[in-house]
Amino acid sequence: MNNMALPPWASWVMLVGFMGFIGMVAVSIRRNRGVKRSLFAFPYGLWIVLFTLIPLLLIAYYAFTNKTGGFTLDNFKTFWDSNYEMRKQMLDLGVNPQDLGIARGNVNLDTLLYSLWMAFLCTLICLVMGYPAALFMADRSFKLGATLVVLFIIPMWMNFLLRTIAWMSLLEDNGLINTLLAAMGLPKMRLMYNSQAVLLGMVYNYLPFMVFPIYNSLSKQDRRLSEAAMDLGANSALTFLRVTMPLSLPGVVSGITMVFMPSVTTFFIPRVLGGGNTEMFGDLIERTFLSADNWNVGSALSLIMMVLILISLTLLRKADPEGEGSGTL
Amino acid sequence: MSKFMKRGYLALVLLFLYVPIIVLIVQSFNAGVSRAKWEGFSLQWYERLFNSPSIMNALYITVTIALLAAAIATVIGTLAAIGMHAMSKRPQGVMLTLTNIPMTMPDIVTGISLMLLFIFTQVPRGYFTMLLAHVTFNIPYVILSVMPKLKQMNKFSYEAALDLGATPGYALRRVILPSVMPGVITGALLSFTLSLDDFTISYFTTSPLVQNLSTLIYSEARKGIKPTMNALSALMFVALLVLLLAVNRRASLAHES
Repeated sequence: MNNMALPPWASWVMLVGFMGFIGMVAVSIRRNRGVKRSLFAFPYGLWIVLFTLIPLLLIAYYAFTNKTGGFTLDNFKTFWDSNYEMRKQMLDLGVNPQDLGIARGNVNLDTLLYSLWMAFLCTLICLVMGYPAALFMADRSFKLGATLVVLFIIPMWMNFLLRTIAWMSLLEDNGLINTLLAAMGLPKMRLMYNSQAVLLGMVYNYLPFMVFPIYNSLSKQDRRLSEAAMDLGANSALTFLRVTMPLSLPGVVSGITMVFMPSVTTFFIPRVLGGGNTEMFGDLIERTFLSADNWNVGSALSLIMMVLILISLTLLRKADPEGEGSGTL
Repeated sequence: MSKFMKRGYLALVLLFLYVPIIVLIVQSFNAGVSRAKWEGFSLQWYERLFNSPSIMNALYITVTIALLAAAIATVIGTLAAIGMHAMSKRPQGVMLTLTNIPMTMPDIVTGISLMLLFIFTQVPRGYFTMLLAHVTFNIPYVILSVMPKLKQMNKFSYEAALDLGATPGYALRRVILPSVMPGVITGALLSFTLSLDDFTISYFTTSPLVQNLSTLIYSEARKGIKPTMNALSALMFVALLVLLLAVNRRASLAHES
């Protein structure tokens, strides 16, 4: 059904575009006796049109069309009501779905809300765990601080799938933690296949993204400011609350962005560490595309996710307009 | 708060980050398949690793794609940064916005949109499409590493070179390129590591016949990971660690001299 060939005129358009580019380069070389430097960006411009803009337009196209290619909003209605297709067919047959007890299906919406909730919790935990760590590392009297930052980067080099799977061997029913518990004579615990395990995996994977920006903005701070506060009689708690912490807020905002964005779209972690009822929005999109083979609904779900991310990014940018906290490496 | 508590807290956080990795490395030396029981020291998983054609093939694909993607992205990205730097304000703003799109897009959407493109244009998915996808997500990182170096550069040194009779090409090679080189190298290294570690985008842009390490691990994850994978990741971890130490040492030597 989705085996659409490229329309015959497309190759002509590409050919004409390519010839046009060559012509433009030739003209500009003749005029300036040298290639204009801004033309260096042309290959990249072409690349971005081909591999970013056109693919995005494809997603938008599928989201607003049905299987035969006609314009429709049904895919978004399916997001709101996962039984929409079925109920529509029933109504077409003259059966009232309510009579058969088929109500609005809220699977898709619930998955989205669950993902947002999990991402929120993950971001919160990372912030609570990461801020003190960044603060202690940025402490001037602590000479090992810079080395420790590297220690936060190194685990990220291990393939993230393997790192997540490694947690499996700790949390399993017969895993390391339960073996230790049993050795101490304690009852076994069910640690895996629930939301907490998924949350643990997410925090584990995203914690460094919270620590770096906060560390960056803390270590860039002018030390004399907090010294001045102390000289003027503030104790260390007040200095932290009124000087150090407010100045580190850009880093916090950028940390929140860098943790929240990937955690909303987490894919794979819920599958490995979670059970049947911990599906997140990323998994839902993947399943809709590949298992259910429904590109139209899948595209609509992707669009919804992108819009949500753009909204939250805009809100976060407002909090850190200069992007000061960024620059993680 | 006492110094002791601060250090203790940092140690705990680092322990949290390292426990799974240590477990993984220890398991790779375990004689048995069990993930919880220690059945004696053995190197058999390392031996099997080098005799496993599927893992060796995936390793080859991962490394060559990372190298090629980093090289192509570095060339296109560096050229783009130089071009964008020479643009007037408005087109530059447009290009920067376009550069931000792929960076704010979630990986899964990038992967799926490229998958749609390849299916739509009937390009069979495999090594080539995965390479294209990796170059696509790498270029913005190269641009963002090179751009700041261009901004720091003295605006007039390029023009001075031209006034002194250098051709634009010569001035580009001898004036601009050397001063942005640190950014170019950062961008290339960043691309290489991003590419090595990518799973989501590779997953959607390749076929089951052409697997890199991540997609191979994914397809095995449901059956339960074999200890050979642990051996491989232990090796890669150590290799990257050595690389980092070498780079750091070089950097500190260069700093001292």
